Amino acid sequence: MVATSSSVGSGAAGAAIFADSESRRYRYFEPRAKRATHYEDVTVDVQPDPERYLIQDWIISFPDGRGAYQKDSTKAQSSNWHAFRAPDQEWERTHYQRQSRIEVMVQAVIANGRKSGAQHAFDAAWGKTLQKHLGAWKHAEFGLGCALMQAQRGGYTQMINNATLTNSSYKLRLSQDITLYLAEIGMDIPGWDDEAGKTAWLEDPMWQGTREAVETIMGCTDYLEQYFAINLVFEPLVGELFRSGFLMQFGAANNDFMTPSVIAAAEGDYERNLANAIDLIWLLANDEKFGAQNRTLFQSWVKKHGALADKAARQLQPIWSKPHSKPISFEEARAVSEERFAKILGEVSLSR
Amino acid sequence: MSTLTLNKITAQKGISVADATRKCADLGWNPSYVQEAMTYPSDYKITKAPRDPMKQVLRSYFSMQEEKDNRVYGALDAALRGDMFRNVEPRWVEWMKLFLAIIPFPEISAARSMAMVSRLAPGEDLRTGFTMQMVDEFRHSTIQMNLKKWYMENYIDPAGFDITEEAFGKCYATTIGRQFGEGFITGDAMTSACMYLTVVAETAFTNTLFVAMPSEAARNGDYALPTVFLSVQSDESRHIGNGHSLMMAALKEPENHLLIERDMKYAFWQNHAIVDAAIGTFIEYGTTDRDKTKESYAEMWHRWVYEDYYRTYMLPMEKYGIKIHHDDVTLAWERITKKNYVHKIGQFFAVGWPVNFWRIEAQTEKDFEWFEHKYPGWYAEFGDFWKWYAKLSKPGQKVITFNEEVGYVYPHRCWSSLVPCVIREDMVVGELNGQLHTFAHEIDRWTAMEAFSDEFQGRPTPAMGRFSGKREWETLYDGVDLADAIVDLNFVRSDGKTLIPQPHLRFDDKDMWTLDHVRGHTLGSPLNALRGMDEATRKAHLADYAKGFTISPCN
Repeated sequence: MVATSSSVGSGAAGAAIFADSESRRYRYFEPRAKRATHYEDVTVDVQPDPERYLIQDWIISFPDGRGAYQKDSTKAQSSNWHAFRAPDQEWERTHYQRQSRIEVMVQAVIANGRKSGAQHAFDAAWGKTLQKHLGAWKHAEFGLGCALMQAQRGGYTQMINNATLTNSSYKLRLSQDITLYLAEIGMDIPGWDDEAGKTAWLEDPMWQGTREAVETIMGCTDYLEQYFAINLVFEPLVGELFRSGFLMQFGAANNDFMTPSVIAAAEGDYERNLANAIDLIWLLANDEKFGAQNRTLFQSWVKKHGALADKAARQLQPIWSKPHSKPISFEEARAVSEERFAKILGEVSLSR
Repeated sequence: MSTLTLNKITAQKGISVADATRKCADLGWNPSYVQEAMTYPSDYKITKAPRDPMKQVLRSYFSMQEEKDNRVYGALDAALRGDMFRNVEPRWVEWMKLFLAIIPFPEISAARSMAMVSRLAPGEDLRTGFTMQMVDEFRHSTIQMNLKKWYMENYIDPAGFDITEEAFGKCYATTIGRQFGEGFITGDAMTSACMYLTVVAETAFTNTLFVAMPSEAARNGDYALPTVFLSVQSDESRHIGNGHSLMMAALKEPENHLLIERDMKYAFWQNHAIVDAAIGTFIEYGTTDRDKTKESYAEMWHRWVYEDYYRTYMLPMEKYGIKIHHDDVTLAWERITKKNYVHKIGQFFAVGWPVNFWRIEAQTEKDFEWFEHKYPGWYAEFGDFWKWYAKLSKPGQKVITFNEEVGYVYPHRCWSSLVPCVIREDMVVGELNGQLHTFAHEIDRWTAMEAFSDEFQGRPTPAMGRFSGKREWETLYDGVDLADAIVDLNFVRSDGKTLIPQPHLRFDDKDMWTLDHVRGHTLGSPLNALRGMDEATRKAHLADYAKGFTISPCN
């Protein structure tokens, strides 16, 4: 078979030389470095912009006249919304590869742990702690995932929205990982109550501060505030505090090697999402034209969500006393969390 | 004695799929400290929680998708090793410049629309479904961008692929795709993100998009597109499940019935107008395979849309008290089979070739025979046009768009679907906000003037979207020289003179059109012209338009 419709009998690159026969790079955007990355090629400008190439403007609007994407979906402003590139460079293939690897790892940990009877070796108080408090935490992760699913509609560029989308995907995966992990080990532990976590989430005073902080983020109408509050405030002050500062530190000491492994994936997720968020917020905080006002805005978000996260963290304190073996105190974990929070804020010229 | 296997030795009790699904759905709760804002409102009221028909959790989803990806990327590598591009038909790949410029935006819009539907109904049963769809659509958008990059890197003429997303925002043809994609994310959340996107576009038309089209690609030596798009299509059943479940929840409230009826009518008609225009043209005019035993687009439409969708999806809705507009389905079918809708669109794309960003080759005798066999009477109506097109494909000829000898009359644009009013006798006009507009059909007029309004049949519909922007592309270049318009569009190769679009597949500089070849013709807006006429002249013009035109014999 030959390419019958080709004047040179072939459809292959190099079969003929003519104007632009070697134009083999996308030439409608500026790559961040000298050469566009694969992520940039499959991401940049897919969401159009009337200020770039959308010459007919948005052709359907909401009843108030707003088009599909508007800059004022956030109070933050930018001289160039298109400058942001997600440091994790995630596109579909890398996203599935990473998520799939995590799921394989988590399931292997659970299956092998159960086979070796690891759940029976849990300290009794630790088992109860997981049932109730890890059971409650899964709802926090779920709420943040839902907030991010909402937020991924609002950003002004594809790069912002895709980074938010993958963040949502990671959070929702984690919430299900925890759910299924607890359900599976629960089958092996006599008297396990799989509903205890949700009851604690809804009713236990220890969790009401966290629930209030998460619901406040879910209720925000500013997509960037949601993204900022989750990654720059809630995660260091509450998320990492509970995951790293409690679950991962306490697991081994209470004869549990499974929980730290399941939760470790989330810490890896967060490193990537944090890098994305810091890069975006740094650009906005250092914007030549809007940097000062953005920093004032971000500072107000730090104050609002920081106060809620502080309250949430303080209310979680009694959980550190529940297990028999207590490798670190709440205050120690909180100090690490505070230090981390200060470092994150420092990266983007903000403070407590 | 039974045989021992590794599975039997290592098996342990796990939770059932149903149990896993139920537990994941129970992750949600009703907030009590701060209520979620309805950022994307709807006029629908849904009080019953929709049920999850798929019963899949993310644990199995990600690995399943990774495996699908491995097959896709493996096939792309194999295609290069097998020297696929040596045999691929440029006639086909050129149309992919248009198709793949359009489709990543509707795909990612579908991901964004999950934000809109996820708060519409109580309960979280569908959250996993929405999550999977959100990530699926992210997959589709970036996997399609990757495919396009792959074509750009390996196909004989990369021009057009190299400006793809810029061209998407500018071209007179991609405007149709923008209407499609924006329709998923703007206006009433239920109308756009469920009814238009999922219930109609994905359920009715993705089979023609992602199944019929790949089979034509394979006939033209392109087995990359089928690999990617059949993989994409394998995700669609999840999305169809989401849409159906949410619609069934909406159906339980009688006050939603009028809106469902409105949206089914609008969405079906507009999907027909847009998808059939584009995909019909790709399949019928982008192919070199004229095997008379293969299905025509009309035959495929009958199978996928009429038999599969209309008879098994739309019709059963009647038992829930929803009025189904059977006549619209018949009308769409007749537009394709009796009024040559697809052929007239193919003709329109060809007439406008200088403002495209891909090449269109003339149809030839072999094609004529196939068309006549599948669509009796085709040759009498279109044969001479394509002969003219071939004749005028050489640089130095008067460009067909402005060549009075041919007899083609540039069409008005439909204000609703943005597809031109190519079935001339069906065009209607109407006044919106004190201004005259043209519509391809009475149903398009109804869509713009009655459906997209703040009131529908006496019922307030404050969440419904509005048509906006500079909808008629031609108004942007009204009175502008064709060459200047092409420069402004940036549809010029990097030598600064050779056009990206060409009306042929001759890959040689001496055969390629430059700006000088098209200079001296002034573009016009049919709508501005119509609005500028006095009443009598306008009436005469519309009567004349309805009569159509006759292509002069080409000798």
